Amino acid sequence: MNDAFVIEGKMALPYQYFAGAVGSKFLVALRDEKQILGVRCSRCGMVFVPPRQSCERCFSALTEHWVRVESTGEVTGFTVVRYAEPYQPKKPPYVLALIKLDGADTPIAHLLECGDPGRARIGMRVRAVFAGERRANLLAIAHFEEDPAGTQEGHSPARL
Amino acid sequence: MSKNRNAAIIGSGMSEFSSHREDVNQPEMIHEAVIEALRDADIALEDVDCLLHGNMELFEMVHQPDMWHVLGDGARGKSGLRLTTGGTTGITLACAADNLVASGLHDVVLAIGFEKLQEGHTTGGITNMADPLWGRSLQTGALTGTGAQKVIDEFGEERAKLAAMKYRTIMDEHAMRNEKAHRRLRLERQYIKETADNSPPLVGELRMIHMCSQSDGACAVVFASEEKVRALGANPAWIVDHETVHREETMVFGSMLSTQRAAAERLFARAGIANPRGDIDVFEMYDPSAWWGVDWLRDFLLLEGDEHLKMIENDEIVLDGPFPVNPSGGVIASNPIGATALVRVAEAAMQVRGTAGAHQVSKPVRRALASGFGGTLWTVLMLLSKEKPERRVNTHG
Repeated sequence: MNDAFVIEGKMALPYQYFAGAVGSKFLVALRDEKQILGVRCSRCGMVFVPPRQSCERCFSALTEHWVRVESTGEVTGFTVVRYAEPYQPKKPPYVLALIKLDGADTPIAHLLECGDPGRARIGMRVRAVFAGERRANLLAIAHFEEDPAGTQEGHSPARL
Repeated sequence: MSKNRNAAIIGSGMSEFSSHREDVNQPEMIHEAVIEALRDADIALEDVDCLLHGNMELFEMVHQPDMWHVLGDGARGKSGLRLTTGGTTGITLACAADNLVASGLHDVVLAIGFEKLQEGHTTGGITNMADPLWGRSLQTGALTGTGAQKVIDEFGEERAKLAAMKYRTIMDEHAMRNEKAHRRLRLERQYIKETADNSPPLVGELRMIHMCSQSDGACAVVFASEEKVRALGANPAWIVDHETVHREETMVFGSMLSTQRAAAERLFARAGIANPRGDIDVFEMYDPSAWWGVDWLRDFLLLEGDEHLKMIENDEIVLDGPFPVNPSGGVIASNPIGATALVRVAEAAMQVRGTAGAHQVSKPVRRALASGFGGTLWTVLMLLSKEKPERRVNTHG
């Protein structure tokens, strides 16, 4: 059809996100101390990283039970990003991995640098590489890298 | 269609309402309301069968916020629905909860409305509701001067302005007695004229002081079946009936169907209410501005002429008056939009249950009315009662 017009539109939808007291404590410790904090549910025993105000399973308040987990951990899932889009953190191909830090029960998503993306494996031992200039966001950890010598033995989160 | 069984509200909770809630993220803020509602109903999370979640689409720029909010709202492993009908979202949640319980599908339903307006861009969200080609550059939501002009045209500038500011001042007097309310300004009746004159004009005679607030907050309400109410020994506010009326056009000006009056006529006819002011004891109205609050009072109560102005002038709508309107302080005091219309239902239920504390009306409450409002001219009305409804009410004509 030659007479069917299409109107091009564009809207700006700015937003803020309030991290809250719990999220802010996590981000500040990451930025200033290079420490990764979580919370432990005293009823379920689960250690949540990033921390939460309450346990989604049993509704217990968690903010009295802060723990520090290790900056080492294990890949529990990953994907290789092979296409380019604006706003990506780096040039493809690269690996986005779910990483369960030692002492935590929940994984965080982050960049994994392990040379050839094809080397990424579930179960791979990794460690955090902190950024030199850190802001209060998850990229205060620049990325994770392979930690072949690491083992997951004997890691229990330190109580704060 | 008729109800299989009665449903009642047995508890409610609200977060603090405020312009900023930097101390909590969205699921944490919702959690506050949910915890309070469960405590008020004296039940545990395990007792809840189904969660209903709602807010304004796009206001915080989060797609499917119900997914993420599982971290705080208790929905993990339960049935759930997300509903969004604009400003009426909160009371639509209440209607859906009633339907789910009354149908027999669920015994206990938790309805949750929330908004964190500070995090988003409301005009961006609202503009999106109009036809992309014809309407978007004109859409303003509730920020319109036509409500004020209508009252001024009919009753003259002096009487209309005084009525709007008297209404506004009464709402603030009520908010001062509600510790959850966002804006508590301590307005004084002797300075009504000065307060209005010194308030920045928004559109025509709609001034900042007349307008609803932009609030962050959440509200949660527990609905339970007749059998569950008995088993729990709960203090119920029974749902008699509800009615939704809307028009979809955004571009018609001049004489239009009043969705407020149409909803009231249908609901009252089914519930056998011949004299709304006598048969209903308290009204929680979704009043986006003092001007609409004044004007809609006439439509909702099926009044004629200047009866609604007299109600305001004669102090009939105050908390201890013969027909209290918005003991909570209403929407002008607190407006976390996706929660706002559910707050009306929660507040009406609190009046029936006698749990409103410092803003409990002094007269005994047998029936309470709650309304919701949203674009484009949606009205939802819900009627609650202390007495369990005897007969099965046809909810759809």
